[in-house]
Amino acid sequence: MKSAIGSAAVLLVLMLFWQGLHLAVANSSLPSPVTTLVQLVALFGDPDFWKQTSQTAQAFGAAVVLSTVGGIALGVLLGMNRTAGSVSEPILVNLYSLPKVTLYPVVLLVFGLGISARIAFGVMHGMIPLTLFTMNAILQMKPVYRRSAAVMGLSPWQTSVTVVLPAILPEVITGARLGVSLCLLGVLIGEMFAARNGLGYMVMHAMERGDMATVLAVALLLAIFALLVNSALLALDRAWRH
Amino acid sequence: MGRPSFETRPAAAPQDEAERVANHGSQPMTRAGWIRLLVIAAAVAVLEIACRVGWIPVTVVIPPSAMATSLYDIIASGTHWNDILVSLRSVVAAAVIAVLLGFLVGAVIHAFPVVRGAVEPLLASYYAVPTFMFYPVFIILFGVGSGAIIAIAVLLAIVAMISATLTGLDRIPTVLGKTARIMRLGPVERAFRISLPAAMPYLFTGVKLAVAYAFIGVIASEFILSGAGMGYAIAYAYNNFNNREMYGLMLLIVLVVTVVNTALDTVDRRLQARLRR
Repeated sequence: MKSAIGSAAVLLVLMLFWQGLHLAVANSSLPSPVTTLVQLVALFGDPDFWKQTSQTAQAFGAAVVLSTVGGIALGVLLGMNRTAGSVSEPILVNLYSLPKVTLYPVVLLVFGLGISARIAFGVMHGMIPLTLFTMNAILQMKPVYRRSAAVMGLSPWQTSVTVVLPAILPEVITGARLGVSLCLLGVLIGEMFAARNGLGYMVMHAMERGDMATVLAVALLLAIFALLVNSALLALDRAWRH
Repeated sequence: MGRPSFETRPAAAPQDEAERVANHGSQPMTRAGWIRLLVIAAAVAVLEIACRVGWIPVTVVIPPSAMATSLYDIIASGTHWNDILVSLRSVVAAAVIAVLLGFLVGAVIHAFPVVRGAVEPLLASYYAVPTFMFYPVFIILFGVGSGAIIAIAVLLAIVAMISATLTGLDRIPTVLGKTARIMRLGPVERAFRISLPAAMPYLFTGVKLAVAYAFIGVIASEFILSGAGMGYAIAYAYNNFNNREMYGLMLLIVLVVTVVNTALDTVDRRLQARLRR
């Protein structure tokens, strides 16, 4: 409760700062918070906005599913073997900190200009943290779990599904939290470059027309959406840890 | 384990620690290091063969050897020195601003527990916000150019530094504070002789992450919309179907970022190892 009041206070300060910036910028090319909210409500009545949103939602949904399944599978595969883990870990960490936009043209050349390129780019962003978290969680798992699985004569598949995955679930959820937000970032960056639909395109297009209210409204909406998803996964994370 | 984010994470297993120290000591490379090198070499070789044989069309990916010669031409001919300098200047500016401002904000937040209680839950969710959506806003504020690019990179990098500062200041052993009091050090002397050195390993982790995020922020912004820089040069080459130059520039960025990140990571691991002594 106390932290909720604190967060509300911080948001209020940010709003005031935004309003101040709006007043300070010469002849206010920066819309005020109120103008932005009005524009956001207006967008909700615009069918074109819903068309772009559904494009982004489709790409984001597909990217989340693919990177979650792929990330956990790859993480389990690499984590089951200590050598595989220590060989791949620095490579994955390096890939994580690389500016992946650099490689976006390759994705475009391989997948074409359609939605699949944006999905692939989202997966590129979201899969690595999940793989890293899953792999490290398995490597740091209590050895007794794996020994019990061996004593009970479980196959590698049974060991993964009935012993390893339940044991590492909290770390997987932490990884998924990072992965989901990075998926969204990947899809949006993909839409901002060489795309003809999606919310990322809508923002770039609005900017070219000088329609700053739309730019801010969509950016604000996406920020709120990302924060909500993140806090939902954070709550799940805490619930599982207890 | 390198830290892929500014999240708190469990400590690495003892075996990893032993190997990590061995990895960066003066001993020869570990077995895992050799296998890693072999895996990467094999991947490059497979790509080379697949391109040469024609399984992958040249219009999609060019062979790694062609990327290397293209990179050589780019450096030898000097056509892109300006872009390289523009990008590096933005990265350095963004990293310096993010580190200094992040440290300052972190220290202030640390000094006021009330503010900290309000801000900390938001810091944990901050990275979830797709920061690049605000790039057009900065373009309006600063115009197309280095200003907007540095601003977005700072926005991306600063939170890692704030979090690292908070952790670092938290972890200063209480006994050091007592020692400072016994020695009657003034606040300035105390900060420079006790607090900063004690918090240094954590602060450096923040610096490492800030540099990595500054690179991501600068290159991505240049790529989406700008008139100069390496990100822009890649987007330009892509739009003009100049695959050879595009792949040469990509290789250049991947190499530069890998070298910088690996160097910072090595220093970071040395500092972390010092903590455990």
